[in-house]
Amino acid sequence: MRYNAGDMSDRDGGDEGTTRRRLMQATGVAGLAGLAGCSGSGGGSTDAPATGESEGDMSTTEPPDPNVGDGELVLATTTSTYDTGLLDAINPLFQEAFGVTVRTISQGTGAAIETGRNGDADVILVHARGPEDEFLRDGAGINRRDVMFNDFVIVGPEDDPAGIDGMSSATEAFATIAEQEATFLSRGDDSGTNTKELNIWEAARVEPAGSWYRETGQGMGDTLNQASQTGGYTLSDRGTYLSQQNNIDLVIHVQGPLRDGPAILQNPYGVIPVNPAVHDNVNYMAAMAYVSFLTSPMGQAAIEEYTANGSQLFFPNALSEEPDFQQYVPQDYDGASSASVSPERFQSWVDEFVPEGF
Amino acid sequence: MFGGIIAEFGTRYLISIVVVTLQVSLAAVSISTLVSVVLAGVLGFGDFRGKGVLVSVINTGMGFPSVVVGLVVLLLLSNAGPVGGGFDLGLPGVGVLYSFGGVELLYTPTAMVVSQVVLATPVITSVTLSAIESVDPSIRDAAFAAGGTARDVQIAVVREARYGLVTAVLAGFGRAVSEVGSVLIVGGNIAIATGGGARVSFTRTLTTAITLEARQGNYGTGIALGVVLLTIALAVNGLGNVVRDRGRA
Repeated sequence: MRYNAGDMSDRDGGDEGTTRRRLMQATGVAGLAGLAGCSGSGGGSTDAPATGESEGDMSTTEPPDPNVGDGELVLATTTSTYDTGLLDAINPLFQEAFGVTVRTISQGTGAAIETGRNGDADVILVHARGPEDEFLRDGAGINRRDVMFNDFVIVGPEDDPAGIDGMSSATEAFATIAEQEATFLSRGDDSGTNTKELNIWEAARVEPAGSWYRETGQGMGDTLNQASQTGGYTLSDRGTYLSQQNNIDLVIHVQGPLRDGPAILQNPYGVIPVNPAVHDNVNYMAAMAYVSFLTSPMGQAAIEEYTANGSQLFFPNALSEEPDFQQYVPQDYDGASSASVSPERFQSWVDEFVPEGF
Repeated sequence: MFGGIIAEFGTRYLISIVVVTLQVSLAAVSISTLVSVVLAGVLGFGDFRGKGVLVSVINTGMGFPSVVVGLVVLLLLSNAGPVGGGFDLGLPGVGVLYSFGGVELLYTPTAMVVSQVVLATPVITSVTLSAIESVDPSIRDAAFAAGGTARDVQIAVVREARYGLVTAVLAGFGRAVSEVGSVLIVGGNIAIATGGGARVSFTRTLTTAITLEARQGNYGTGIALGVVLLTIALAVNGLGNVVRDRGRA
């Protein structure tokens, strides 16, 4: 997955696909290339790819030959991994190790999954297990791995008009907010946090409605800002809250499971490459390299070491001596029933993949 | 204020954002201008059925909501869309005939250029057309009377309307450079992390960088970026005025 702005064409292979792609890109960016020389739009200065980076101020340089795929990886992810600064901290390590530039699009989890489903990203890093399982079940993604977790917290103004401070139940806190009709800001954007919030309302058996319940339709950062400005409550992932704590006047009223809070506020992240059998032009090799990086001791250590305002934001959980098959398959996947149909499954492979007259 | 954002951003990051902003908007305006001059010429000098409808459509186009344009371009260029995914003419035995390889275009500056061309073209066409139409009829008559062909008359009129064309290009640039909705959707607001907290813009423009800063509550940085954007707009308009005045003198 590459964008060839005229300054990197010497790195292309000569196969038919790349040639065609290059042609299309050359047509598309003809206006661009002529105008500003296209400096600064690639990953680092690529004016002289063969000689490497001459300015000494960068800790990584782009190798002349990418080691995996075509050297670029589009990652669709959530606002929480991007706005906290985590990806800016760890992606350069991946770029250094694999020679692949990561292009990060930060969206809500719902939008990120949709981007992956359309084959417009190579890999997704998201945090809503339900939609992730659907993504796997539809065959849109494969080889899912758990990467890290933190938790959600219920935050609100310090004077706590609804009186939920210190509650040990998220559903009770939500029910109280609804009862008091205290302002509550919902993401309303089909993100992982929004999915979690709706799950909590459902578990609390409350249907949030009324002028106190407002959908912002924006990212976590925007929503925290709005909650701070309007004195409302909202559900936030701990990472985004901690990284923006200095900019907002909100305090945590209900803790998540990281600080003895209810288990419903758990927030696990998973990484899923897009299925190359569905979209043949995704950079699957680079996507798997990214999965291997995130789940390797190196990537896990980088996640563990990342802090904002003095707090660790994400807790890596990919490394374990115990097998955890649940991370690879939808949570309700029943291995036993699938084993019993294996002869039929093998026959379906024979029918599909063995040429006639073999 | 600027010392602050340079400290926070790194000069290189800020410059890369400005470069991407200018690259995309200037490329889009250049393409739009070519298309618009032809369109405005056809509409200004030609007479054909449906001309009135076409002019109305173009004038409406000046108000196209940029997010809608962004969404349409996204769907077109997406790997699952008609251009990105390739399409089949339905001929027997022929598979995908035409494919841009969607992933290669969506979330790149090229996609942003495409959406800005759609946004800027109606503006430039409309202003150019009104400049052509407002040329004093006596110029046409004089060119005719001097024995000019239809082509000579057109050249004389376009020469007279050239100041209007500069205004049109500036208006188109203003529309393109200040636009945020479509470039956010089709560009993806991508900056590439280069280590040590440093970043280099790939599809991040000044406007989309401002949305990111606002999202993170860094209002001061957002305002500073806004000032940079305004300065650029002012400089481009100043340049346009110089060109216009030179032409008059």
